[in-house]
Amino acid sequence: MKIMTTLGFSALLLFAISCGQSNSNDNGGALGGNLADRSYVAPGEHDEFYGFISGGFSGQLAVYGLPSGRLFKVIPVYSVDAEKAYGFNEETKPMLNTSFGEIPWDDSHHPDLSQTNGEIDGRWCFINANNTPRIARISLSTFETEEIIELPNSAGNHSSSFVTENTEYIVAGTRFSVPIPQRDMPIDEYKGNFKGAISFIKVDQESGRFDLSFQLKMPGFDYDLAHPGRGPSHGWMFFSTYNTEESNTLMEVNASQNDKDYIAAINWKKAEELIANGDFETVPSEYAHNVWDESTQMATSTIKKEVKMIDASKYPGLVYFLPTPKSPHGCDVDPTGEYIIGSGKLSASMTAHSFTKMIDAIENEKFDGDAYGIPILNYDDVVAGVVKQAGLGPLHTEFDGRGNGYTTFFISSEVVKWKVGTWEVLDRAPTYYSVGHLMIPGGNSQKPYGKYLVALNKITKDRYLPTGPELAQSAQLYDISGDKMELLLDFPTVGEPHYAAGAPADLIKPNQMKLYQLEENNHPYAVKSEKDTKVTRNGNEVHIYMTTIRSHFAPDNIEGIQVGDEVFWHVTNLEQDYDVPHGISMIGAQTSELLIMPGQTETFKWFPKRVGVWPFYCTDFCSALHQEMQGYIRVSPKGSSVPLKWSLDGE
Amino acid sequence: MRKISNILILSALIVGTWSCSNSGSQSSEGSGDGSVVAESSHPLGQASYSDDVSDANILQIAIGSKDHTTLVAGVQATKIEHVLVNAGPLTVFAPTNDAFGLLPEGTLENLLKEENLPTLANIITNHATPGSFTIEGLKKEASKGRKIYMATGNYVEIVVDGDDVTVGGAKILGTVEASNGIVHVVDKIILPE
Repeated sequence: MKIMTTLGFSALLLFAISCGQSNSNDNGGALGGNLADRSYVAPGEHDEFYGFISGGFSGQLAVYGLPSGRLFKVIPVYSVDAEKAYGFNEETKPMLNTSFGEIPWDDSHHPDLSQTNGEIDGRWCFINANNTPRIARISLSTFETEEIIELPNSAGNHSSSFVTENTEYIVAGTRFSVPIPQRDMPIDEYKGNFKGAISFIKVDQESGRFDLSFQLKMPGFDYDLAHPGRGPSHGWMFFSTYNTEESNTLMEVNASQNDKDYIAAINWKKAEELIANGDFETVPSEYAHNVWDESTQMATSTIKKEVKMIDASKYPGLVYFLPTPKSPHGCDVDPTGEYIIGSGKLSASMTAHSFTKMIDAIENEKFDGDAYGIPILNYDDVVAGVVKQAGLGPLHTEFDGRGNGYTTFFISSEVVKWKVGTWEVLDRAPTYYSVGHLMIPGGNSQKPYGKYLVALNKITKDRYLPTGPELAQSAQLYDISGDKMELLLDFPTVGEPHYAAGAPADLIKPNQMKLYQLEENNHPYAVKSEKDTKVTRNGNEVHIYMTTIRSHFAPDNIEGIQVGDEVFWHVTNLEQDYDVPHGISMIGAQTSELLIMPGQTETFKWFPKRVGVWPFYCTDFCSALHQEMQGYIRVSPKGSSVPLKWSLDGE
Repeated sequence: MRKISNILILSALIVGTWSCSNSGSQSSEGSGDGSVVAESSHPLGQASYSDDVSDANILQIAIGSKDHTTLVAGVQATKIEHVLVNAGPLTVFAPTNDAFGLLPEGTLENLLKEENLPTLANIITNHATPGSFTIEGLKKEASKGRKIYMATGNYVEIVVDGDDVTVGGAKILGTVEASNGIVHVVDKIILPE
């Protein structure tokens, strides 16, 4: 009996000990103590990294702090945004114009950051619109969308927006091949007739402005993802493809027939030579180019009419195909620029191609046939290694800069760490659940900041408090500084966190714009002082030149407006103080409320429909007397003799 | 007279702009000329923030003026800096050092004692009113027979005599616009009732 008790006691002891051990194993054996401490950023302290996480079907880009996971801003890019009147006020409406007219939302997928000498430089963030193909540039000084360019001949702009080593180009490949130029033809004549366009958008290094430099006309495959060469492979761009079967129906079966599809290696320096030599055709193509001008604080949209196109089949040395098993999705280049990783999403393994071997295979013509005149390199002569049986459904890979790769597996819901060069699996960590992309700050560059990894999950099921049928998607933060990955934090995201880019805060913080200088405001309807405010009428078109300052509008009493007028409210925020915006909203206005930063002018349109005296007020809690920041506007019947009159405190 | 005071104010403003870039480190170090501020118990707040593009706020203007060192010391001692950098808008009637000098001998020293700080805070608060009142705005209030409502709850009379405007018996010597309101420099303390 006594013995039993002793045994029981020691069993209990053992249990307690092993329990402690298993806890420390869960934490990867780290001695760093409390997991919560390592993602905790104390009140008033700043995060170490910015995370730019796309909103997927929300069409926007959200800015988070890492490691805290705190959300700072949702930057409107491809979708109208009531919070900031983006796409509603007169200044930003042109940003959403396309050759199809205004598109009020889209699907934003892959943010990428500008680079200099292969390292991220904190100037701009780029992101693609998938549905109506476009690329946008976001200033990392204002955190506003400054430019959007549409891509003609493209459809389902998925393999974008990826930046070359010195931000020479943003590269964008079409997911859907289509007739080029578009024409009325039977769908089942796809094979051989549909083509895939890959766009190269030149970036002005001073202004950041885009120019659709040229497009490559490629065989009619689906172009899925892409990454640039770097270091020795700079000048090349790599695209994964699927549907090399060129099927046009029941793709889940018919596009999965070939044992191998390709990674297309494109020598874009060669393409530049061809353009310089005039080896291109000018193809009529309609596309919108929308630019927001910081000086006039207004966007303009210009429809362009043609594009330079190079037929990839006609020019040897421009494109080569690297056979890659089973519909590769992710196409990722390691920081040294030597290895190109293809993740066959139907394969259990990942393929690493060697850039050195690729060049050797090209030089020695180790070809295995061709596709539409484009040489297919012999698989065994380009492959460097295979990460075998790592998981199920490999999608995307990023690198830590210490010789390790990290790949997400959608089907087995995990991140797998493996060694570049030996291809051995080192560690695996579950995600919750069904991870898509992952992000390591600086991941698409020669210099990743390999401290944290963010996994971007599609499905959360039971992870948070439930919110009806529609649940938040999520990001999960792992500490990857040690041998084992450790899950630190799990935070919900806005929309679908499709992909992300990250950068050290110190790269971006010093360049922040704090306010718009009033004297540099060249908006055509700006007024710089209350004495210049006025209301003008030309026929039924009325312009109100209004100002805001704590805590009033000038003017705040307006008479002489008539039913049937088209009234433009041009409101200038006279404040020159950081973080003092004002808002304005007008009862019955169907276009917009405004949120106006210090020194900025914004405009909304209002169609008065009913006779009466109607109020307007400030919508941003600007000051202690915010609630007093209000005014009245008198609407008279059409043709009324009430004169146009405006005042503030009777003057 | 008006011209001279404007020049003084202007130079004060220039000094203010310069000193505001230092104000962050000043407050975190807690040094400063023998001020009684107990920095360790004083959490960082809006007053510790400054940048190089915003217009100067009321506190920054006061700190930058060599004629307002007493007022600033009082504001810091009573820990009401954050009020003067808040979004406001506030109109502050800022007594000069000379104005404090008009108080009976020993009054100021007495007010700066720990136990009397609430009284000092009340006196200083009696120089601030919510809203932005320009000189023209004050004259207009006077012409309408209105009084100014101070943050202490006191109503104070405005008297216009030619070019001179007095508020609660204190004459306005000059005016500086602040990002979060208006500062009128005055020659006397406006004591609460």
